[in-house]
Amino acid sequence: MSPPPVIAASGLVRRFGAVTALAGVDFTVQAGELVLLLGPNGAGKTTLLRALAGLVRPLRGSVRIAGRDLHAEPDARRAVGFLSHQAMLYDDLTPRENLRFAAALHGLDAAERRIDDALAAVGLASRADTLVRGFSRGMLQRLAIARATLHAPPVLLLDEPFTGLDADASAELRRWIGARRDGGDTVAAVTHDPAELWPLADRVVVLQGGRVALDEPRPADLAAFRARLREPRAA
Amino acid sequence: MTLVRAAIAIALKDLRIEARNRTALLTAVTFAVLVQLVFLFAREPGAVRLGVLAPSVLWITLALSGLVVLNRGFLLEREHAALEAILLAPVPRSALFWGKWLANTALVAGVLAIAFPVWILFFNVVPQPALLGVLGLAVLAAVGFTAAGTLFAAMTARTRYAELLLPVLLLPFLIPPLFAGAQASVRLLAGRPFGELAGWLRILAAYDVVFLMLAALLFPTVVDE
Repeated sequence: MSPPPVIAASGLVRRFGAVTALAGVDFTVQAGELVLLLGPNGAGKTTLLRALAGLVRPLRGSVRIAGRDLHAEPDARRAVGFLSHQAMLYDDLTPRENLRFAAALHGLDAAERRIDDALAAVGLASRADTLVRGFSRGMLQRLAIARATLHAPPVLLLDEPFTGLDADASAELRRWIGARRDGGDTVAAVTHDPAELWPLADRVVVLQGGRVALDEPRPADLAAFRARLREPRAA
Repeated sequence: MTLVRAAIAIALKDLRIEARNRTALLTAVTFAVLVQLVFLFAREPGAVRLGVLAPSVLWITLALSGLVVLNRGFLLEREHAALEAILLAPVPRSALFWGKWLANTALVAGVLAIAFPVWILFFNVVPQPALLGVLGLAVLAAVGFTAAGTLFAAMTARTRYAELLLPVLLLPFLIPPLFAGAQASVRLLAGRPFGELAGWLRILAAYDVVFLMLAALLFPTVVDE
C-alpha cells in the first residue's frame, strides 16, 4: 500500500463570478515528488496552486497537507512554502527585517540564527542590512526564496517562479529547486515553460477548463509530449 | 497567543515602515492642517464665530485625515504582493485585522497629536481642562472608526480604485461617531454637566464595541479570495 500523499486535494470547485476556475479537481502529490502543473491560460493552474497554499478558498472540496485540513487548521500552513514571481517583500525594510517579520509570523525559535543561515544560503549576507528598495529582480527572487523557506517547509509550491529572471538567475533557481527535491521536499510547480523544470519533474498534470485532462509520469521527450498535447483528441 | 504575537508583529512592521518613509503621517498631518485652514478662511468672520465652528472642524479634520492613514495601510501590502506572505503564515486571518487596526489607531493618534494643538491655535480655543476631555473623545472615536476603516480598506485594497472607493464606502459609517463626538465636544467646551454628555459617550463606546467585533468577525471573509 502506498503511503498517504503529502498534498491531497479532492473535489475542488472554485468560481470567480461566471468563470469556473476549478470544476472538481482531484490532485495528489506523494512525498518527495516534483509535479509540474501545465495547461493553457485560464485552465485553473494558478487557482489550484493558490488553493493548495490556502490563498484561495474553494467553494467545495478540501485540501489536506501532510494529513491536515489546510482551510480548517491555520497551523497546517506551516508545512507550505510558496514562491511566486511576486517577491512578497517590503521595499522599505531590509532583508533582515523582512525575514524577522516572516519569522515572527511563523513563531520560529532561534530566528536570528535561521535568518543569518538563510541570507548566507541565498548569497545576500552582505546586503542583509540595506533596504530592499533598489534590489534587482534576481536579488528579490533570492530573498523571496529565503522568505519562503525560512520555516523549513517540507512542501514547496512554485507559481511561475522563473518569470522575469535572466538566464543566470533562472539556472540558479533551477539548481535550488533540484537540491530541494533531492533533499526530499515535495514540490508542485506551475510554469508556462515546462522546459525550465522538465528534467527535474517526476510527473506532469495538465489542466484544461478547470479539470485534470492528463496525469502521467513525466515523459522523457518534452517535444513529443508537446506535440501529443496539440493533437486533436479522438472522439 | 499566536494571534496576539502575529498582530503585534504586523503592527510593528507597519509602524517601522511608516517611521522610515513617513508617507501616511506627513500626508495626513499636512492634509489635517490644510482642512483647518480651508475652514478658517472659508467663513464670513462677522457671521460665524470661530468658537461655534471649532468643534465641527476638529471632527471633520479627524475623519478626513484618518481616511488618508487608512488608505495607506493596505496599499503598502500591494508592493510585491506582500499581503500574501501574511495570508500564507500559520496565523488566524483576524491577526491581520488586529495588527492593521493597532497600527492605524497609533497613526491616527499621531496625526491627532499634531492636528489638535494646531486646531487650538487656529480656532482660538481657550486653553482649559475640558480640552483633555475633547482629546479623549477623539481617541475614543478613533478606536471605532479605524476598526470600520481597516475592514473597508481591506475590502477595497485589491480593487483598481482603492483610493477612491474607501472614502465613498467609509464616510457614511463615520457619521455616528462624528455626530456623537461633535455633540459631546460642544457640551464639554461649554462646561455643561456630565449628565448631558453621558448619552453621546455611550454612543461612541457602543460604536467602538460593535465595529471592533463586527470587523474582526468579517475580516477573514474579506481577505480570503
